[in-house]
Amino acid sequence: MIGETYALTVREVKKWIREPILLFMMIIQPVVWLGLFGKAFNLTGLVSIPPEILQQFPPEVTTQIAVIFNEIIGRIFGGTMDYFTYMAAGMLSVIILFTSMFSGMSVIWDRRFGFLNKLLVAPIARGSIVIAKVSSSVIRGMFQAALVFSIAFALGLQIGDAFNIFDLVGIFAGLFLLSIGLSSLFLALTIRIKSWETHGAVVNLINLPLMFASNALFPIKQMPSWLQPIANINPISYASDLVRTFILHSSSVALDISKMTLDFEVLIGFAVSFSLIGIILAEKALRKS
Amino acid sequence: MAVIETKDLTKVFGKIVAVDRISFTVEEGEIFGFLGPNGAGKTTTINMLTTLMNPTEGTAKIFGMDVVKDANKVRNVIGLVPQDLTVDEDLTGMENMELQASLYHVPKDIAKKRIDEVLSLVELKEAAKRKVETYSGGMRKRLEIAQGLIHHPKLLFLDEPTLGLDVQTRTVIWDYIKKLKEEHEMTIFMTTHYMEEADALCDRIAIIDYGKIKVSGKPKELKDNLGGDIIELALPYNSRDITEAIATIPYVLDVKRKSETYRIKVAKGEEALPDIIERILKMNLKVSKVSLTKPTLDQVYLEYTGRSLRETEGSREEVWRARRNIRRLRR
Ligand SMILES: Nc1ncnc2c1ncn2[C@@H]1O[C@H](COP(=O)(O)OP(=O)(O)OP(=O)(O)O)[C@@H](O)[C@H]1O
Ligand SMILES: [Mg+2]
Repeated sequence: MIGETYALTVREVKKWIREPILLFMMIIQPVVWLGLFGKAFNLTGLVSIPPEILQQFPPEVTTQIAVIFNEIIGRIFGGTMDYFTYMAAGMLSVIILFTSMFSGMSVIWDRRFGFLNKLLVAPIARGSIVIAKVSSSVIRGMFQAALVFSIAFALGLQIGDAFNIFDLVGIFAGLFLLSIGLSSLFLALTIRIKSWETHGAVVNLINLPLMFASNALFPIKQMPSWLQPIANINPISYASDLVRTFILHSSSVALDISKMTLDFEVLIGFAVSFSLIGIILAEKALRKS
Repeated sequence: MAVIETKDLTKVFGKIVAVDRISFTVEEGEIFGFLGPNGAGKTTTINMLTTLMNPTEGTAKIFGMDVVKDANKVRNVIGLVPQDLTVDEDLTGMENMELQASLYHVPKDIAKKRIDEVLSLVELKEAAKRKVETYSGGMRKRLEIAQGLIHHPKLLFLDEPTLGLDVQTRTVIWDYIKKLKEEHEMTIFMTTHYMEEADALCDRIAIIDYGKIKVSGKPKELKDNLGGDIIELALPYNSRDITEAIATIPYVLDVKRKSETYRIKVAKGEEALPDIIERILKMNLKVSKVSLTKPTLDQVYLEYTGRSLRETEGSREEVWRARRNIRRLRR
């Protein structure tokens, strides 16, 4: 069971790193996203006052105004000053969402090219096929997230002054759990699907709502009231929350341990329940075919 | 104990009865062949026997184990070389083999030796480091065969092992198959639409058409059952009619005359021919031409299905190539 799961995971990873275009896209994608959402839609800039108006005031007043504005925005986004940092933290969860959806995609490839049949005649547990898909998807997700994190850092991510290695581990532990849950979810949803077109339609149907009905890009408080409950049960919200708490770790503010515990609990619950559901559904689907 | 035993094995897809109540047994050490045209139900039968599909009705047992209830035990003792290529194009030949070895739980050290052994058998050792993407169709098929052998299965399924290969490679693969059977005491179940292949390799065959077994037996018996060999001989121009005389020879079954040419049906051509010629010479006549035709499986096929298998052969190559091209395009 372990031997074959490992061998199948290695296969997936090999296929992935050997595709130069894929690797290139993997690097480009987060840059584009961070640039587009983080820098272009910079809400801090949106509410700031044009320089020609500011110049009419004496310098002391200008600093005062800046302080007031920063205060207001800080309150909207919960402590983080600039939108870029807020968004980059959320983008880590979003990138996990986007890599996870490929877990189902690769099953369709394998089915089409007959490779799945090779696995199905082999004396291996059906579960190992599923676990290999999920784990390779998680590995991809972790790589992507690490990449996004480094790029965001280079582009000016503001980390708290007490940020340390444990915060970094915490961030990736949260993303790891999110990735397991989401990969299993997509695998369970698409394992019966035989065509790429249908797969695309199904994935898009849940992908975008999952992304926007979460606090990854916008604070839940700013959402219409009907959307808030959805965002409040969305695991992506919990992961984003957790990541932000770790990134902003500062010596002046104590960490909100109870909130972080809740975030972790939700993410663990999500990962465990969906990987179980995914494995059961996938095993059933594979047995039938 | 029979290696394969099926009883009323049936598979229905919607309205199509792909396999229709077939019952047969395959004994240990045999090469058993399914011979039939496109869509006859060969692959569907293999899919059921290899646990890929559950039968709609009926049962199949492999070494006494049920293909539905003991599926995983069955998987341990069988190997499958499928009709459609399933090797992973993004991996090298060697990586494909290693993956296969771990899927069949072959220990690392043994796997290394075996991979070496089977790759040299199919002459792919040189190419093993290359990605399968760069392989020709024949090389892929050979790699597929090598994969099927990695765990030394007691029963090997070969679905159209030589489809799409050139004549040379085809005969090489026939030799492999024979060698395998002898060296590893393997039982082989194969499907084919090449009569020469069935004739050269199979100890026993079953002719399948529209999901039904039309006839089964040893190729030689099937041919013999057709009612004998044909001797054709011609006498010089203007010789007298000797139809009566030939017809009275004991083992002659039937004689037809067309001007000076006689078409004689006999049970055992090789033995009958010298005797017939001798008798004609004794009648003070000369023989100007003579030929002996043994019945072919094609004639057997024609007899039982009402169609010639040769007619379908050309189009099959095209079907195969088209399938492969479609797959390539999808990439
Ligand atoms: N998954 C499926 N769904 C529906 N019909 C199927 C399926 N698989 C096979 N069939 C049908 O069952 C019949 C038998 O197909 P099968 O593939 O067993 O034939 P075959 O003898 O292997 O033919 P070939 O020589 O072309 O490989 C065909 O009519 C085919 O269309
Ligand atoms: Mg077939």
